[in-house]
Amino acid sequence: MTDTPNDGAPRRSLLTPRGWAVFLAFGFALVVVLPILNRVVVTGSFTHVPDYLIPLIGKYCTYAMLALAMDLIWGYAGILSLGQGAFFALGGYCMGMYLMRQIGDRGVYKNAQLPDFMVFLNWKELPWYWHGFDMFWFAAIMVVLVPGALALIVGWLTFRSRVTGVYLSIITQAMTFALLLAFFRNNMGFGGNNGLTDFKDILGFPIQAQSTRVGLLIASAIGLGATYLICRWIVNSKLGRVLLAVRDAESRVRFLGYSVTGAKLFVFVVAAMLSGIAGALYVPQVGIINPGEFSPAASIEIALWVAVGGRGTLAGAVIGAFLVNIAKTWLTGAAPEIWLFFLGLLFIVVTLLLPRGVVGLVADQRERWRARQAARQAQAAEAAT
Amino acid sequence: MSAAQSENGRTTTPRRAETLLYLDGVSVSFDGFKALNELSLVIDRGELRTVIGPNGAGKTTMMDVITGKTRPDEGTVIYGADTDLTRLDESAIANLGIGRKFQKPTVFENLTVFENLELAARDSRGIFRTLLAKLSGTDLARIDETLATTGLVEHRHRQAGALSHGQKQWLEIGMLLIHEPQILLLDEPVAGMTDHETEQTAQLIRRLTGKHTLVVVEHDMQFVRDLGARVTVLHEGSVLAEGSIDHVQAHPRVIEVYLGR
Repeated sequence: MTDTPNDGAPRRSLLTPRGWAVFLAFGFALVVVLPILNRVVVTGSFTHVPDYLIPLIGKYCTYAMLALAMDLIWGYAGILSLGQGAFFALGGYCMGMYLMRQIGDRGVYKNAQLPDFMVFLNWKELPWYWHGFDMFWFAAIMVVLVPGALALIVGWLTFRSRVTGVYLSIITQAMTFALLLAFFRNNMGFGGNNGLTDFKDILGFPIQAQSTRVGLLIASAIGLGATYLICRWIVNSKLGRVLLAVRDAESRVRFLGYSVTGAKLFVFVVAAMLSGIAGALYVPQVGIINPGEFSPAASIEIALWVAVGGRGTLAGAVIGAFLVNIAKTWLTGAAPEIWLFFLGLLFIVVTLLLPRGVVGLVADQRERWRARQAARQAQAAEAAT
Repeated sequence: MSAAQSENGRTTTPRRAETLLYLDGVSVSFDGFKALNELSLVIDRGELRTVIGPNGAGKTTMMDVITGKTRPDEGTVIYGADTDLTRLDESAIANLGIGRKFQKPTVFENLTVFENLELAARDSRGIFRTLLAKLSGTDLARIDETLATTGLVEHRHRQAGALSHGQKQWLEIGMLLIHEPQILLLDEPVAGMTDHETEQTAQLIRRLTGKHTLVVVEHDMQFVRDLGARVTVLHEGSVLAEGSIDHVQAHPRVIEVYLGR
């Protein structure tokens, strides 16, 4: 142990060389290979990627971003927030508002000033909070700012009062449930039950066009990569170690003079902002945002993705988000009635058998394999003498 | 050591060294039970003091009062020249340079020994400063020095959770040391340690004497004897006797309290 190469000096690079290789290979597959297989390879060829897969994989990428944000607060800082879906939905609504304003006079009621649902409700003018959303840059800022501001308020109130554990989980569930009820109301001005939909174009590109969808997939993949690097950077910093310390012994960290409230608030707000961006990338790809995204169950599912992949590993969050959602896409198509049972079963299995998730399982297997290998070598050496 | 021992024989005459901590007439009661009863105690700068006493004598309450965890009903606690500790809260007192080690070791189990010390080091505690923090050469040197003092050099990259009970205690003492405290309060540092670990802890504490002011609360008589320092015996919340270990062990009231009649 004395001659370990790392003397504790800070790492120069965010990822290990092998980490970079996997990161770039994954990025290359999403940003270059998939678009080529969809756009260039002729339809019918067995390497052709069908059109429907492009927005689907793009959607998985945004879910993976959401899972990374969840892992940052839960896996590292020990904040089990069960309201992360709210920040995702708020980012989605900000993007949805921009997309609604882009429709212009192409709506059913041909009203250039008001979205269809407002005309339907007999509203005469645009509510004040819709102003500015016709500009992309404004909407893009709001995508980050609105979830961040909500996280700042909720986080400050709860962390300052030292609310932790299950109580924090309940408060965040209540937060997303309250937003669900609020957004269901027609007079909130967000389209009520139906939400925002019938989008026409984004930044001038027709939203239904396959080329736009490929562009959105590439944007989501880049967003996922950037989110991963941001989270990795935070986790590798000294603040990352403070967060781990908070997770393990909160009062001891306070005793050392660190602001536990400040550290938690920082990651909670960062996670909310990242979730908001994920939501904004999600909405144009699925073509709708409605209050259902605020449902408490949706937020619990996010925690499950992270648990399946392996908490506190970042890579596990991405793997978990992809695995669970691929299973969900398949099961809700093949046998929709058993999906919820499957979800429940997954919860039990992961809690009982896979406390460290898929990543932990792989690490354990590798460790066991190495130990067996070493034992075999020792035996061979013994036999040789 | 010899200088310290020559003074141990005397009991009540105050020394002319600089006083660092001064408790005067401190009383604390919990639901009518007097945990501290007009306790008065003077600790000089650079001194090593051991505090013993039977269960319920008020040892831990005394620590609580000094570190701001418990507010006394009456009495004054003066630190340094004129700082009244009874008016300050825990973190303010910690930042004045009063470090306390609790009975139960609390280190960050999922961080390495090195990382535990890194977090404890005296650096900016601001969130963004922490996010952008880089270890400087002086930080590294200080961590190395602390690792050497506490005898944990070869464990620097081990997870703190994998250390033995004794090693965790030393790591926690290291985490206090790296914060460069003026005075170090150790609450039963050898509780639960093996004989060998106890001996090593005694060596560690003797190494720190002179550089730091230390107050050690302990049950283990042999350990107190090993430290060879001035002893204060507490009983029912006030000082029963004070002096060298031989002096207090020969004191009739101490024998009475410890052995019963």
